[in-house]
Amino acid sequence: MAEDHTTRTIESNVAVGVAREEERISVATQWQLTWWRFRKHKVANIAAIVLIMYYVVVLFADFFAYADPNLPAAKRGLLPPQPIHLFDEDGWNPHVLAFEGSRDPETFERVYKILGDQQISVQFFAQGLEYEILGIIPWDRHLIGVSDDAGGALAQEHVSLLGTDIQGRDMWSRIIFATSISMTIGLIAVAISQILGIVIGGVSGYFGGLIDTVIQRIIEIVRSIPQIPLLMGIAAAVPKDWSIEQIYFAITILLALILWTELARVVRGRFLSLREEDFVMAAELAGASRMRIILRHMVPSFLSHIIAATTLAIPTIIISETSLSFLGLGLRPPAISWGVLLQQAQNIQVLALSPWLLLPALPVIVAILAFNFLGDGLRDAADPYGT
Amino acid sequence: MTVEGPSGHPLLEVKRLKSYFPIRKGFMRREVGAVRAVDDVSFHIDRGETLSLVGESGCGKTTTARCILRAIDPTDGQILFRPTEDKVFDVAQSTRRELRRLRRDMQMIFQDPFSSLNPRFTLLEIVGEPLLVNGMRSGRERQERVEELLRLVGMRPEYMRRFPHAFSGGQRQRIGIARALALNPRLVVADEPVSALDVSVQAQILNLLLDLQQKLGLTYLFVAHDLSVVKHLSDRVAVMYVGRLVEMTDRERLFNSPRHPYTEALLSSVPEPDPRRRSQRIVLEGEVANPAAPPSGCYFHPRCRYAQDVCRTDTPVWEEVTEGHWVACHRAKELELAGVRDRLPMNTAAGNSTNPATNATPAA
Repeated sequence: MAEDHTTRTIESNVAVGVAREEERISVATQWQLTWWRFRKHKVANIAAIVLIMYYVVVLFADFFAYADPNLPAAKRGLLPPQPIHLFDEDGWNPHVLAFEGSRDPETFERVYKILGDQQISVQFFAQGLEYEILGIIPWDRHLIGVSDDAGGALAQEHVSLLGTDIQGRDMWSRIIFATSISMTIGLIAVAISQILGIVIGGVSGYFGGLIDTVIQRIIEIVRSIPQIPLLMGIAAAVPKDWSIEQIYFAITILLALILWTELARVVRGRFLSLREEDFVMAAELAGASRMRIILRHMVPSFLSHIIAATTLAIPTIIISETSLSFLGLGLRPPAISWGVLLQQAQNIQVLALSPWLLLPALPVIVAILAFNFLGDGLRDAADPYGT
Repeated sequence: MTVEGPSGHPLLEVKRLKSYFPIRKGFMRREVGAVRAVDDVSFHIDRGETLSLVGESGCGKTTTARCILRAIDPTDGQILFRPTEDKVFDVAQSTRRELRRLRRDMQMIFQDPFSSLNPRFTLLEIVGEPLLVNGMRSGRERQERVEELLRLVGMRPEYMRRFPHAFSGGQRQRIGIARALALNPRLVVADEPVSALDVSVQAQILNLLLDLQQKLGLTYLFVAHDLSVVKHLSDRVAVMYVGRLVEMTDRERLFNSPRHPYTEALLSSVPEPDPRRRSQRIVLEGEVANPAAPPSGCYFHPRCRYAQDVCRTDTPVWEEVTEGHWVACHRAKELELAGVRDRLPMNTAAGNSTNPATNATPAA
């Protein structure tokens, strides 16, 4: 009897649980369903975390870098990476090994000899060069610095985590600053191209007819222009007195003027198919205004697609920036970006003698993959109704 | 049976309605022809009655329904709608503003209950939308009305915070009906409202529609391709073939003594409930005519077993052969055609009739 009662209680509890779960899904909004589905996409989750870390680095580049990225040091040219040793015989004692540089009298190559007995203590969250967080709050702490007992020495004079380039500039700090440039400078272009794509594609799809035909032909023409020669022409045509940033900005705008076509086509297609949807007709028959139909019925149905498309457009722009700078068309020294750094690794001598100059390729690959995985995850999650 | 409603004029009069879709070709998108989806269709619907529009898929019945609501702009013709006795509007000529007002009196139930509800809206928003856009601003008032409507269609009002994805096809169709009724329309155009549903659910929805008609005094234009569904619901039936009406009369006469060979063929395809009896199915030969390039004369003549020379050359006139019985056939007066009089009792409950095989399309 008692047992029977218990079973029944358990059964009814299970039933209540199922009902609650069902209720939870029944009243879930589109965003909740999307979020739940996104959470199940493990790779996309990891990609999102990686990208958050990237943008933390972007925001606090001065903190993560410990050296002035543009400060040359003739005596420290082409220094190989200098790993941090966390322990010595006595236990916890982060340090790097000191070295001595000299020039080979026969080859004129700079050679560095590690001085095994000399350690330079390294401190985390150490004081160093002064800077301003986000350009407002003055601070002088860095992720890595040399210990105070080195007598007010600056990290950039003793540590080179990822080696130095030919002018003796610290690669770690240069990569950090390059990240903050490369990860942000394309965003304006992405924003412009997405807005153009949505507006033009929307007009094309909603009004149809002649307007649609004209816009589609324009898109085809734009897409058929070869990009690199066009950009080379533009890079040559801009006024001489423009700064590097201005030239680059002009180029990103131009990229945006090419990139919008893809999203425009997607948006047009969505508008065309949504226009035929019964629920749109129902809204019209109910007496809803055009504005209400577009904003409340049509746009929410593909907003998620736009978010996914945007996420996938960012890596395109980043890659464009990197390859343009690599070709010498985009950013140029003294500006720092991934492409600028990689440009230095163009010759075989570098590859053979100082392979660490290729390291900037790594953050590029990771960032592009992360954006693509995130975009894929968003796209899969974006349509919880599978339409 | 075409006794007009107690107040004289029919609620809806469709006169010589045409809806052509241009076929464009080539780079300049020149017009090279037209698909005659609806070609010179005339009929009327009295207040409180149900007119069923029957035909094979692609015959233009949905286009006709959508023209009446001006979801599609008709090419030509008049659609006279009388929401009240003393007012008459030509829906075909109405401006956008007039249409907004007219559509409070004419609403639609859609075929596909999955695409007709916005998946991003809750029931409250879906059913409340017609109220909101027609000026019922107060949220509480709207909620009360939605509750009332949901109860009317047999749904629990507690469900109104839910999204459509939580409901089955039949429940969704009920929601669609509730939305159509939100503004107290006079005319409801039901575009194959049960053909996307499970057979077990079809009967429930049909009975609901009948109940609502009695309770609210609705007038239905019921589009269907399924004669057995139509039989229990209609007062009158109109049969359509390739954009034209071929026969229209009251239910009994259409089922018992059809005057058009196409109607006869359709009726012969209604399945036999009694397995011991052998039906003589008329299997139509050939394909349905192409509405972009219809045959000469009577569109049905290539498939008609009674066709004569005159059928190949002359277009038959849409005429009233006996009181309230309209036919477009050269031989309407001479032919003796078979109905279903002996085969099917007329007053079966809707529940028994909805059979999975009741597809009226002949020559499967």
